[in-house]
Amino acid sequence: MRQYVLRRLLIAVPSLLGISLVLFIVLALAPGDPFSELATNPNVPPEVAAALRAKFGLDDPIYLRYLHWLSAMLQGDWGFSFVSRMNVDTLILQRLPTTLYVIGSAQLLALTIAIPVGVYAATKPYSIFDQIANTLAFIGFSLPTFFTGLLFILLFSITLDWLPFVYTSDIKATGFRWVIEQVRQAIMPVMVLGLFQAASMTRFVRSAMLDVIRLDYVTTARAKGLGQARVIVKHAMRNAMIPVVTLVALQMPAVFGGAIVTEQIFRIPGIGSLLISSILSNDTPVVMAVTFVFACLVVLFNLIADVLYGWLDPRISLR
Amino acid sequence: MLDTELRSMIDEVKDGRMDRRAFVQRMIAFGLTAPMATQILAIGGVAMAQSPAPYKPTKRGGGGPLKLLWWQGPTLLNPHFATGTKDQDGSRLFYEPLASWDSSGNLCPILVAEIPSIQNGGLAADGKSVTWKLKPGVKWHDGKPFTADDVVFNWEYARDPATSALTIGVYQDITVEKVDDLTVRVLFKNPTPFWADAFVAVVGCILPKHLFADYKGAKSREAPNNLKPVGTGPYKFVEFKPGDVVRGELNPDYHMPNRPYFDTIEIKGGGDAVSAARAVIQTGEYDYAWNMQVEDDVLLRLEKGGKGKTVYSTGGDIEFIALNFTDPNTEVDGERSSIKTKHPLLSDPAVRKALALLVDRDAMQKHIYGRAGRTTANFLNGPDQFVSKNTKWEFSIEKATQLLEEAGWKVGADGIREKDGKKLKLLYQTSTNGPRQKTQAIVKQACQKAGIDVELKSVVASVFFSSDVANPDTYSKFYADIEMFQIPMTQPDPAQHMRRFHSRFVATKENKWQGRNFPRWVNKEFDAAIDAAEAEVDPIKRAAFYIKANDIMWQDTVVIPVMHRLKVGAATNSLRPVLSGWTNDTDNIQDWYRET
Repeated sequence: MRQYVLRRLLIAVPSLLGISLVLFIVLALAPGDPFSELATNPNVPPEVAAALRAKFGLDDPIYLRYLHWLSAMLQGDWGFSFVSRMNVDTLILQRLPTTLYVIGSAQLLALTIAIPVGVYAATKPYSIFDQIANTLAFIGFSLPTFFTGLLFILLFSITLDWLPFVYTSDIKATGFRWVIEQVRQAIMPVMVLGLFQAASMTRFVRSAMLDVIRLDYVTTARAKGLGQARVIVKHAMRNAMIPVVTLVALQMPAVFGGAIVTEQIFRIPGIGSLLISSILSNDTPVVMAVTFVFACLVVLFNLIADVLYGWLDPRISLR
Repeated sequence: MLDTELRSMIDEVKDGRMDRRAFVQRMIAFGLTAPMATQILAIGGVAMAQSPAPYKPTKRGGGGPLKLLWWQGPTLLNPHFATGTKDQDGSRLFYEPLASWDSSGNLCPILVAEIPSIQNGGLAADGKSVTWKLKPGVKWHDGKPFTADDVVFNWEYARDPATSALTIGVYQDITVEKVDDLTVRVLFKNPTPFWADAFVAVVGCILPKHLFADYKGAKSREAPNNLKPVGTGPYKFVEFKPGDVVRGELNPDYHMPNRPYFDTIEIKGGGDAVSAARAVIQTGEYDYAWNMQVEDDVLLRLEKGGKGKTVYSTGGDIEFIALNFTDPNTEVDGERSSIKTKHPLLSDPAVRKALALLVDRDAMQKHIYGRAGRTTANFLNGPDQFVSKNTKWEFSIEKATQLLEEAGWKVGADGIREKDGKKLKLLYQTSTNGPRQKTQAIVKQACQKAGIDVELKSVVASVFFSSDVANPDTYSKFYADIEMFQIPMTQPDPAQHMRRFHSRFVATKENKWQGRNFPRWVNKEFDAAIDAAEAEVDPIKRAAFYIKANDIMWQDTVVIPVMHRLKVGAATNSLRPVLSGWTNDTDNIQDWYRET
């Protein structure tokens, strides 16, 4: 087991290097520069922008820039943002709690809806409940988040005036009021993201469950005289959850990576909005750091999913 | 005639033989507006009448929170590093310049006791120096006194290339000396008629010497106070998250009486312009939103029965189509659009004039810009004393057709005009932006009717305005026949705005396309007018030179002005923001209040 994890981690090193190289080259080849806003400002002579480019090393050859970046990264120096001239790690850490809170809650919401609904629908396939759940799931994942987001804003903020649609990262109230406000402002984004996730996950859980529920060992369990609840939860679900675990594990990096569209709509100061604004302003160090961390998380959670398989199903051995 | 009469009248006011009011009334009789009349007095050497904004609150604070919504939040809070207005706006809450601009382009004293003038001895008669008298008793937020040393330090800080300040252009060619603790003198190499650049408005925000002295030059990025401003402004710093939020609280020791009105201030960033307009006008969640680049139809709809309205301020920002005078399709010494070539079609003045006749500015105002635009024939649209009255524009497909016919451009078999085997086909580029693409479509349609084939191209803004030498799609490389964008006027003076078309600034491979004369237009008469204006200390003659320069551009059709654009903000009904088209939205933040 320990050997397996170690080997997987070692394999991850070259793949992460490859990922970082590809990311860096794509970003370096992409047109534009962080100082385009200065171009039409008559107050700033063009030489100033050119001098800044030279100072930040944007005119160096790509391989040199990559090596600089890599050696700094290995020493734990993530560089500084060209746009805010602030260290990249501070910038990311500042944004992380909000993303974890909003996207994490959305994932939890998705799971708490998807698992019971999916399992129950699978135990009674083609019943009224199943039909309704399916229809809603189809509607749910056909509607993009930017559409439902705007719809929610129009309904709950503008027409009904119940919920704020501008997210505030630190609310001034204290104690109980603080909690209420935190929840109130997160309701809409969490619903938008959570329901979207829940829709596709419900379908997934349902089909995984259907595969298992018809197997002989489930019939055997029933024949032993076990109750329906026990059969479903103890026997069928445990096996049905294996593919679901993969899906959830692969979703986990997204919890850290944020949701670009939803964060933009609700002005949530998370990693997703940091990423998109950095991409738009060609702020290479920030884009590199966010995407690279994201890549590391994908690799890590894949490993965690594989380890979890062994625990869920002892027949899968890790070698 | 008007000139000599005006002069004698100004002298009368100077000597006290005529009072200001009478002068202004006489000017109004000539058809000038009152602000323009006071401007003429000011440029004629009569001290500007301080017309302080009618600020009503009678005590400091008590106004509750002021919530501002910027759809691009400030990313840094050092005014010398500000890359865009968003950063300048954020810094300006805490830092202050010596003076700011009011809505009609007059200077308002902030950290000085008075605005320099010839009368009070602040301005040298030869235009080579300005003396600023600082306000006594001003304190930094940490309690240290504000003195002339701070002002001098800012000059040293910004002009050091190693600091990488973006304000270096303002400070590198001047000398600043301390006269005494509360007096500084700015010295210019040449007579400088526009002296109010250094230490004025957003580029003039003053950093405290005692906190930044150790971080001048290469270490500038490491200064801890880059993220925690300590200024002299109406609000004290509380919190900053780049791109997300800037927060401040009332400064109890602020140096202006009864100010500020609000107890706390916040700028929230992110999102898009339309939803920002919604949050102010429709739901009132926020008090003010900046830069409402939203179609007028949408704004009008939101305003119906809403809690807020849009507010406009006029500056000199101009949206225009520039014509390429060189050939973008021929390569000379590895350079396209080289100054050594001539444009095969646009070198014919008839084609340029015809194009100007095909830009339907009324339709663009009606369908695209609405209340946020004014039609104009001029490239230079303000301040008033510099605006030419000699120009006009019209939209007429018939006249354009006639002009082209007369010049020998005949319609070919495919409906496109041609002459000597050259077809009238143009590539029209601009940045990707809703209103710009609509404008392109309107121009293309009119051109088609006149037998000109226009191919449209749009480039992402971050590429189009990039200074990346390797990229072929930048506006300064201009590998197209015509292109359109906006040039903002960041101060109420035309010097920088007009200088860019001087032939010595032609963009070439040699200067890495950093030259600002991107149409690559060369005109000796224009050069002479600009050179003369820049050396002219007499304000009236100087204004005449700029008007002449503008008219030469108009006659030669170097650019086709599309729209004189106004700045649009959104404010809740009770808020009284003090805005100016000549400066940033927060440049007079100390005067904002709420009507109760």
